[in-house]
Amino acid sequence: MTKKYKFPFFLLAGLALVLIALVIHYREHIAVLSPKGFIALQERDLIILSTVLMLIIVIPVLVMAPLFAWRYHESNKGEDYKPDDDHNLFAEAVWWGFPTIIVILISILTWESSRELDPFRPLESDTKPLKVQVIALQWKWLFIYPEEKIASLNFLPIPVDTPINFQITADAPMNSFWIPQLGGQIYAMPGMETKLHLIADKTGTFRGSSANLSGDGFAKMYFESKAMDKEAFDQWVKTAQNSPTLDTAAYTTLALPNDNNDTPQTFQLKEENLFDQIVMKYMGPTHE
Amino acid sequence: MNDLFGKLDIRAFQHDAIENSVGVVIALTSLIIIGFVTYHGRWKWLWKEWITSLDPKRIGVMYLIVVLLMLFKGVMDAVMMRAQLAMAVGDTAGFLGAAHFQQVFSAHGTTMIFFVGMGAIFATMNFVVPLQIGARDVAFPFLNSLSFWLFAVSAALVNVSMFVGEFSATGWLAYPPLSGIEYSPGVGVDYWIWVLQISGVSSLLSGINFLVTILKMRAPGMTLMRMPIFIWSIFGALVLIVVAFPILTATLALLALDRVLGMHFFTSAAGGNPMMYINLIWAWGHPEVYILVLPAFGIFSEIVSTFSQKKLFGYTSMVWALMIITFLSFVVWLHHFFTMGAGANVNAFFGIMTVLIAVPTGVKVFNWLFTMRQGKIHLSTPMLWFLAFIFIFSTGGMTGVLLSIPPADFQLHNSLFLIAHFHSMVIGGVLFGIFAGLSYWFPKFTGFKLDERLGRYAFWCWFIGFLLAFMPLYALGLMGATRRLDHYEVHAWQPLYMIAAAGVPFIIVGIILQNLQILVGYKNRKTDSAIMGDSWNGRTLEWSTSSPPPPYNFAIIPHVGERDPFWAVKEGNEKPEHRKYEDIMMPRNTSFGFWIAGFAFLIGFAIIWHIWWFGLLCLATLLTLVIIRTWGGMDEEVITAEEVKNIEEKGFNRWQQS
Repeated sequence: MTKKYKFPFFLLAGLALVLIALVIHYREHIAVLSPKGFIALQERDLIILSTVLMLIIVIPVLVMAPLFAWRYHESNKGEDYKPDDDHNLFAEAVWWGFPTIIVILISILTWESSRELDPFRPLESDTKPLKVQVIALQWKWLFIYPEEKIASLNFLPIPVDTPINFQITADAPMNSFWIPQLGGQIYAMPGMETKLHLIADKTGTFRGSSANLSGDGFAKMYFESKAMDKEAFDQWVKTAQNSPTLDTAAYTTLALPNDNNDTPQTFQLKEENLFDQIVMKYMGPTHE
Repeated sequence: MNDLFGKLDIRAFQHDAIENSVGVVIALTSLIIIGFVTYHGRWKWLWKEWITSLDPKRIGVMYLIVVLLMLFKGVMDAVMMRAQLAMAVGDTAGFLGAAHFQQVFSAHGTTMIFFVGMGAIFATMNFVVPLQIGARDVAFPFLNSLSFWLFAVSAALVNVSMFVGEFSATGWLAYPPLSGIEYSPGVGVDYWIWVLQISGVSSLLSGINFLVTILKMRAPGMTLMRMPIFIWSIFGALVLIVVAFPILTATLALLALDRVLGMHFFTSAAGGNPMMYINLIWAWGHPEVYILVLPAFGIFSEIVSTFSQKKLFGYTSMVWALMIITFLSFVVWLHHFFTMGAGANVNAFFGIMTVLIAVPTGVKVFNWLFTMRQGKIHLSTPMLWFLAFIFIFSTGGMTGVLLSIPPADFQLHNSLFLIAHFHSMVIGGVLFGIFAGLSYWFPKFTGFKLDERLGRYAFWCWFIGFLLAFMPLYALGLMGATRRLDHYEVHAWQPLYMIAAAGVPFIIVGIILQNLQILVGYKNRKTDSAIMGDSWNGRTLEWSTSSPPPPYNFAIIPHVGERDPFWAVKEGNEKPEHRKYEDIMMPRNTSFGFWIAGFAFLIGFAIIWHIWWFGLLCLATLLTLVIIRTWGGMDEEVITAEEVKNIEEKGFNRWQQS
């Protein structure tokens, strides 16, 4: 490396180091990069691995562009000016070939990871999974725990190290259900049921929200998901089983549009088929 | 009364303070412009020379004016969004309510894609395509005028929504069921639909027009593989327009039927299916973004070659890369909704198709870099835009590939990471390309160069402003910040939102400097050497004619023997044509385009407000006008050989004097 290149090189390397240091320092705030569950961890690693693969191509580009602009500037007398040099079979084979190899690698990653991290695919575990039914409303989240016969508004407690099987729908415009520290999102659509399988490997409180525009109160559709150990979770379930009841009438009131980010609330579930009823009500010839 | 005005009543005119002040500013500006034109007695000139003109170069200028006005509007929307989000954390609500904020970002997206992006592409096509292929006009000159006026009236309709009623609050693609009548009962979505219907027809007509122009009107000797690479890029974009825009028109028509006649194509109940809309809109929407970016690739190819004073490296590779990208852009639409739960195999297929696009795009980048290698680089403003483009586009392309891997997309989709990615593509790619093209071709159409020093300052303002405004969004996205929030409760996000807001003033200064560039360039026009056409030691045919070109572009249609025909002439490889002038037939100006588009505007307005009698009346008038025009046949006028000789010699004398 000649002396002329040193300054920009160290400047860029320095900037990159500062950036990496900042990311490491603030990693707890960077939800996607500080996963707390198996799925989110795999997704993070996938993001990092593919970024590194692409940098193999991108870094030479970022170096060559300013380098050529400087090296072949007209003020440099242009001794090696070759105005008609417009093709080179070998060079072109290299830049059709190398990106193709990288792209094949990324394609294999894509194929494998799409199947492995398919949101509809149940997680393999010895622990019995917990069922949670998620309903996006205007503009709040209702979580139903059908086996525990309870429901919770804008608050999602889960036991740690237990696979969670989410069934998701909406009684509202389309939303997207996303808890970045546990794993990627999936749409919540009226009249349809999507599935998501997540697990928390660590206890803690994780932010969840809707990621898809759903009207006036959309920005208020955030909630906390709290991963707690088994005892604490069972305790919470017991308390919730003594809360006010949630039947069809109570649900109708609860589902009225409201953009206040309602404070968390628990219910004992009286209407066991509530989730199915909400999905099915869009299926008929009309709905009210 | 009710029947007479449909849904329109006094409430449509009542707005809050912010909207009212915007209204006052626009009304005042319009009054000043009207006053100015009246004071100088220029109405007749405006009508005869511009409004009724069929000359693509003039139509290009008019496109550009609409684009600049809409760019101003789009940037103002962006200013409001960034200001709101810099403050609206926790207990602070900010100055915009949710409903208003959602209208602002919907209008921002619609404006920037349809009126700034598409408008600038059509402006460039009008300027450059006929000149680069050695033609005197486009294939259908009247259709071109009609396209422009349809474009202009749909832009006007967006602005009308600010004063009469409201605009859509459902994002730039208005997903149902949110955009259905149940959740959006107001007229906002109707405005959005009819703005897009009218501008969609305009785009489709232009698409057909220029496609035929390129295929049928090239100068003798210009085979497909001798076309300038810019023409190839436009060709790709035009194929996409012709195939994709009918999908948009049909989809919006179905959505309109749902809303107006209570049908159930996309409703969530009664057998409708919103997922169908999302598929259809992206089957058009993905090609749409390539319609914008392909011409930018073409512009950069021309610029790199010209300013490196060297042949474009790997022309054949470039053509194949363009065509592969054109094809692939039709088989990737599902990557916009991996999170809808299509299943692993379907997602993986569309993911891999998307990743494939990285190969031809990478090839293009390497070819550009090797065009610079062993060249003699004139590092003028267009080249600065190019270098910034390489930087932003490579990093943005990289994040694009991340988004195309379904499991990674589950974590990045709908977050600000996505916003940072596509703004890298549309600002770093499309907009910088347009700016580069503007400073490159500006002297061709005006006879003077844009001021170079101000251009550099403007460039640095834009580049720094862009980095400040969008790099923090990558980080915010990874932190879990989603798009389209009007408010957030996580205080840790605020510093990054503030940095993003700090980018805005830089960009605004950049825009001001760009406007000054035009004024200073105009002031110094006499000292500038652009007059005799070849401002940059150019290579393609447009530089062989005078600046600005005469109405007929070329007195004698050039004969093309190789790829960079004008460079070949200058190198002495090709003999210049022997000058023997002939009569030239040019189409006569007509106001039909203006009137037809005017009635299209009224039809749109009438449907939005359900004023049925008026809509039908305007439709009948419009159809009558179309029929009259069709019977009228082509109206032409002759520029005699003598006149041509005079114009050509005058240009030559002007050049000798300077």
